[in-house]
Amino acid sequence: MSDKDILVEVRDLKVHFPIKRGVLFDRVVGHVKAVDGVDLSIPRGKTYGLVGESGCGKSTLGRALLQLNPPTSGEVSFDGVELTTLPAGKLRSMRRRMQMIFQDPMSSLDPRQNVESILTEGLQTHGIGTDRTDRRRIIGETLDAVGLPRWALSRYPHEFSGGQRQRIGIARALVLGPELIVADEPVSALDVSIQAQVVNLLDELQDSLGLTYLVIAHDLAVVRHISDTVGVMYLGALVEEAPSDRLYTEPLHPYTRALMSAVPVPDPDVEDNRERILLAGDLPSPANPPSGCRFHTRCPWAQPTRCKDERPVLREIGASRVACHWAEQIATGELRPHQVSVEIVRPEGEGESPGVVSAPSEPGSYV
Amino acid sequence: MALLEVDDLSVTFARRGQRAVHAVDGVSFSVDAGQVVGLVGESGCGKSVTSLAIMGLLPKQPGLRVGGKAVFDGTDLLQLDDRSRRDIRGRDIAMIFQDPLSSLNPVIPIGLQVTEVLTRHRGMKGDAAAKEAASLLDRVGIPDPKRRLKEYPHQLSGGMRQRALIAMAVACQPRLLIADEPTTALDVTIQAQILELLKGLVRDSGTALLMITHDLGVVAGMCDTVNVLYGGRVVETARRRPLFREPRHPYTVGLLGSVPRLDAGRGEKLNPIPGSVRDLLPWPDGCAFAPRCARRIDDCVGQPPELVHTYDGRSYRCVNPEPVPGTVPAPREEESA
Repeated sequence: MSDKDILVEVRDLKVHFPIKRGVLFDRVVGHVKAVDGVDLSIPRGKTYGLVGESGCGKSTLGRALLQLNPPTSGEVSFDGVELTTLPAGKLRSMRRRMQMIFQDPMSSLDPRQNVESILTEGLQTHGIGTDRTDRRRIIGETLDAVGLPRWALSRYPHEFSGGQRQRIGIARALVLGPELIVADEPVSALDVSIQAQVVNLLDELQDSLGLTYLVIAHDLAVVRHISDTVGVMYLGALVEEAPSDRLYTEPLHPYTRALMSAVPVPDPDVEDNRERILLAGDLPSPANPPSGCRFHTRCPWAQPTRCKDERPVLREIGASRVACHWAEQIATGELRPHQVSVEIVRPEGEGESPGVVSAPSEPGSYV
Repeated sequence: MALLEVDDLSVTFARRGQRAVHAVDGVSFSVDAGQVVGLVGESGCGKSVTSLAIMGLLPKQPGLRVGGKAVFDGTDLLQLDDRSRRDIRGRDIAMIFQDPLSSLNPVIPIGLQVTEVLTRHRGMKGDAAAKEAASLLDRVGIPDPKRRLKEYPHQLSGGMRQRALIAMAVACQPRLLIADEPTTALDVTIQAQILELLKGLVRDSGTALLMITHDLGVVAGMCDTVNVLYGGRVVETARRRPLFREPRHPYTVGLLGSVPRLDAGRGEKLNPIPGSVRDLLPWPDGCAFAPRCARRIDDCVGQPPELVHTYDGRSYRCVNPEPVPGTVPAPREEESA
């Protein structure tokens, strides 16, 4: 792939938030390392999906990419332009080309603005359209694209249903004609039947407008459905990145495996027959992440050597990039998961008692 | 006789000057001991109101009308006075709510909240109660329970709080557990832990579980019988496997088609249901799903569809249901319970 095809490139991005204590003088007593060294690149016209559990830093990464949170260090280049050092004025005009869709459409739309005003604001800021009629034309076309009726213009956000509100949010991003859209949990506030409408809409818009997406979501099924490449985050860092289909059929990182096995599938036959890897405990605090591999405290495959003291870097294995010292050995079944720190629950009536575990026979057997 | 028999339950909220809202409209289902029964539907379908009505937890306000019956072990819960209802609640029927942070009292230590149940229903006091509370926390998988008892809800993680809530619910070994979206606020890996815990409780203690959820994946993994709700009515009831294999009601079909699946590839188109739940009929009666339904015929409007029972223990409320491929009018082999 030539460099020209890459729209967004992120190198060693870090976002640290200071933890402050004290009444009169705020002393910085530590940092929450929300994003701690992420590299990724998004090709033009493709979708990059970012998954992970709450607190893993995926939203912060998305916001840092658009410079909504100033990164602590690292580089973000958009279409060849370095954003982290760009003066505010130029950054503002760049924002026309990169827009965001938020999770909760109700709280990201001003209840006192009608739809026309919501959509016109961006156009005015960026000086798009010559006069009012021209702007109306642009807005009308955008409404058609997201499947909202023209009478929506004079209405206020509360008059719409959740799905329609999210369409307004998408229209607001789309009306400026952006190239990149960062969608932070675009469907998680919506009901299932409405979710599917919005997912399909995002797909269609990408086909017709050649948009590039960064989709941030905790729902792995939605991400798989919509993404070309998926990155899995854990405690501020990418642990695995792979083409969508490959990640789901051959997850390499232990955390990815556990995550996949935990997602309920709406099919009783699948549900009854798959193994679950139940992770022990909760996510450690990002203010004080574990040394070495950040996952080693919960990892069923953690080894006495390397895992505790050496932080794994992303390395290429086939089409994937994985941050695990033992990925190959785990994939071949050479390393077995522990019996102590993890519970593996087998389908009932399979003879072996829980606790006696073996590596799954083939990598795809979780799903 | 089932443990809980809900018959023709209806809940109406009326406000002066406005049209009454039928949140729940003639809902009937039953829960047997040791069984997991699911109530599935999207927001506004009446699933939570159903559970609150059974528990008698709906806010007492003018205009609230609850009709029908909810018979638990021979007693109609809806006819009980507050006092006897409080005796049953927490002891025989317990409930787990969606958001553990807002259902725990933030200014009271976890331990006190757990022992309160033990004191009220089992008459335990002092050290005995504290000991029992610690063993309950241990049973639901909270490490270091003695220390946790002294902590406040905000000091626990989301998964821990939900476990604490479950500990309170199972403190008196209830015969029926109602779980209202117990894992919706949690991450998937934590959700898997909690679901396993609930499954274990049902398996080991024979508690019946009424599971209220919007997640069809959770239903597929847990429930024995599933009731699909739409617009305050049960539109389809079936055992788990038949429901997923051959959904009959167009809404069930639509729901299953809308869910992106982890084991389906990139780019496979989803089949969403058009419109939204707020689409109401311009006429008062008739099938609530008709405005969004692809199989709508003239009979769908005018009168509410009757519940149709089929030979395999399934029922649906539809005049033009999805045909079963290759239907043979002979009883199929029953799914083993």
